[in-house]
Amino acid sequence: MIDAPARFASIADFEGFARSLRSQDRTGTRSVRLCMGTGCQAKGAARLYELFEEAIESASGRGRAGNIEVKPTGCHGLCQRSPIVVVEPAGIFYQQVEEPDVAEIFRETVLGGRAVPRLLYQDPESGRKLEAAEEIPFYKVQQRIVLSQNGRIDPTKITDYIAAGGYSALVKALTSMTPEEVIAEVEVAGLRGRGGGGFPTARKWRSCRSAAGGPKYVIGNGDEGDPGAYMDRSLMEGNPHSVIEGMLIGAYAIGSEKGYIYVRNEYPLAVKYLRTAISQAQEIGLLGENILGTSFSFDIQINRGGGAFVCGESTALMASLEGRPGEPRAKYVHTVESGLWGKPTNLNNVETWANIPHIINRGGKWFAGIGTEKSKGTKVFSLVGKIANSGLVEVPMGITLRRIIYEIGGGIRDGKKFKAVQTGGPSGGCIPAEHLDARVDYEELTNLGSMMGSGGLIVMDEDTCMVNIARYFTDFLLNESCGKCTPCREGLAQMRHILQGITKGDGQAGDVEKLQALAEILSGTALCALGATAANPVLSTIRYFRDEYDAHILDRRCPAKECRGLFIYQIDAEACKGCGICLKNCPVDAITGERKAPHVIDEQKCTRCGTCWEKCPFTAVLKV
Amino acid sequence: MNQDSSLIEQIVERYDRDVGMLIPMMQDLQAECGYLPTDSLRALAKRLNVPLMRLYAVATFYASFRLAPKGAHEVSLCMGTVCYLKGSAGISQAICKEFKVAPSGTTADRLFTFTAVNCVGACALAPVMVVDGKYYDGVTSESALEILQGLGPAEQAAQADAKEAAE
Repeated sequence: MIDAPARFASIADFEGFARSLRSQDRTGTRSVRLCMGTGCQAKGAARLYELFEEAIESASGRGRAGNIEVKPTGCHGLCQRSPIVVVEPAGIFYQQVEEPDVAEIFRETVLGGRAVPRLLYQDPESGRKLEAAEEIPFYKVQQRIVLSQNGRIDPTKITDYIAAGGYSALVKALTSMTPEEVIAEVEVAGLRGRGGGGFPTARKWRSCRSAAGGPKYVIGNGDEGDPGAYMDRSLMEGNPHSVIEGMLIGAYAIGSEKGYIYVRNEYPLAVKYLRTAISQAQEIGLLGENILGTSFSFDIQINRGGGAFVCGESTALMASLEGRPGEPRAKYVHTVESGLWGKPTNLNNVETWANIPHIINRGGKWFAGIGTEKSKGTKVFSLVGKIANSGLVEVPMGITLRRIIYEIGGGIRDGKKFKAVQTGGPSGGCIPAEHLDARVDYEELTNLGSMMGSGGLIVMDEDTCMVNIARYFTDFLLNESCGKCTPCREGLAQMRHILQGITKGDGQAGDVEKLQALAEILSGTALCALGATAANPVLSTIRYFRDEYDAHILDRRCPAKECRGLFIYQIDAEACKGCGICLKNCPVDAITGERKAPHVIDEQKCTRCGTCWEKCPFTAVLKV
Repeated sequence: MNQDSSLIEQIVERYDRDVGMLIPMMQDLQAECGYLPTDSLRALAKRLNVPLMRLYAVATFYASFRLAPKGAHEVSLCMGTVCYLKGSAGISQAICKEFKVAPSGTTADRLFTFTAVNCVGACALAPVMVVDGKYYDGVTSESALEILQGLGPAEQAAQADAKEAAE
């Protein structure tokens, strides 16, 4: 391991150091890359790390270790199969590794260079065991740019990032580009905001650069409040320096000396790794006064959010940074002119920032070659819900939803039928099966009544009631409404009241029209973008699943059999073995039947609590 | 009280008496005390020369601030979309019923504080429950109750917890 000098006084010094890191002879080095993201840690990855360390130690005691390292990394993406371990140099990909497997992996693969077949990923179609991650369908279709180093580098070591080419884009910008040229390159790339808005990044930067007054601020928005989304968390945990480098380049282009990264309070690991990364960058002179001996100075401070969804909105986030409740303001004056403390402020999502080093290094033209006419580059999504392979994916813009869900995600779990995919978080909408061939880009998703959002893709199957999901999102948004403007505070309360009635079987004819009218007022009059889009879940479910609303209201029936009271339980006489478990557990004694003979539910007595359905070991209790 | 005022002093100095850093200051105060005691808030307001109302507005706006002491253990149940789809609402009900606790409330015996949070961003593990920082994946009503019934009064756990949060 090469130790970094205290602080680089010049770009040449840094480049010399970076060159020595990048040209290090790694032949003969065997490396165990262990995912330490939140998902894998929950499944015991920290213990696996200790066990690998112990194994290396005992092997070196016997003189067999040579160059073996175990490297804790960020999220590998295939969270469904966590914990994940990859052994280099062969790149053998192991999944669902447990403590007892460590010894075998170490003996067979690390020392012996052979794969352990039982821990490999098995292709569900061909049944073949696949050794390398690149062969696995989940990874094959992806195009990883922002996540290219996620799962490869140790996020707590700046030298790892530098060895992988890190901070070379910063050096390039500082040595060979003027701030205007940096902005021009980002413009050629056609990069748009990854937080959901999709505003052209270069245009924002240019406005902020030319805005009068100072100091100017840049902000990295890591307040990933959308439920069902964890792209930003994985990025901040897995490759924090890429966000810092992007912000450095942005600050240079805009003319800012002070930056903030605003991270959700619920992401302790991301906060920890970002803090480590910032202090390491400060130590070697990549952040602070006179960066690498140049006249450019910039520093970053981390602020933790307080647990308010609305703070993902730019003006609310800035209010929060000023120590106030996160209430948005009307944006007749843009934040690039008057943002934080009334000064010109440029806010981008952390994923937007992480794209910047790649654009500077490989050129705007290269970036613009990926994606569709108006949406360039790639987008990171968290693909979750009722899907076979939950995980973090990065795909080129313009890929169809079908390819993401079926080729990468492996289709719906448990052989169920696809019903809808929810994109864009609580402000997005539900897209039904007939639009699965829609291409993922900003305009197309908006046309479908949803939006790109920050990148949550939540897959729903036939068991999901679309009225109930609209109620869930409305409930969420009502709880998170800051309460500043009336349409959002009161309008959402009314919408929830109506939706609650429908899901309880008290729906009235005309309810859907009332919801539509309220939604129209909300989108036309709310102060901030969160309020203006808050009706999307309701509107998109009405648009595509009107029949489900009608079934609830007119027939008092929930087609997905999720809304309690709008379906009944029956026992399938053929499947029932007469074991008596349901009978014993029924709280109201509504079930009768002799032992070893089919049981029957008395519909009059039944309270539809669902206990029998949960307890039956033979799935003989049916919802009808 | 003396100890309290030195704590406030420390926290305020940590952020150069910058009123803009009010939220981090309050986060630090909560990490030290486990909640925001009224006396400390009053002292902080006085020290920063801002009305107490402003601190109270912040404390009640953000979900992560607590104005009452927490239990020995911290239990968060994720109510994000995926967890919800996979049944977290039922789990929340089961916990509230079994332990007679309301969401964001603390059990009468101060065993644990129960929070139903928006999303912990671990969707592949849904439904997720986090107990004192440890993630439990794929929980059901039964397994959640089992985990919580296994919690001891564990004063050490609470102390270790506060220490970690302060770091």
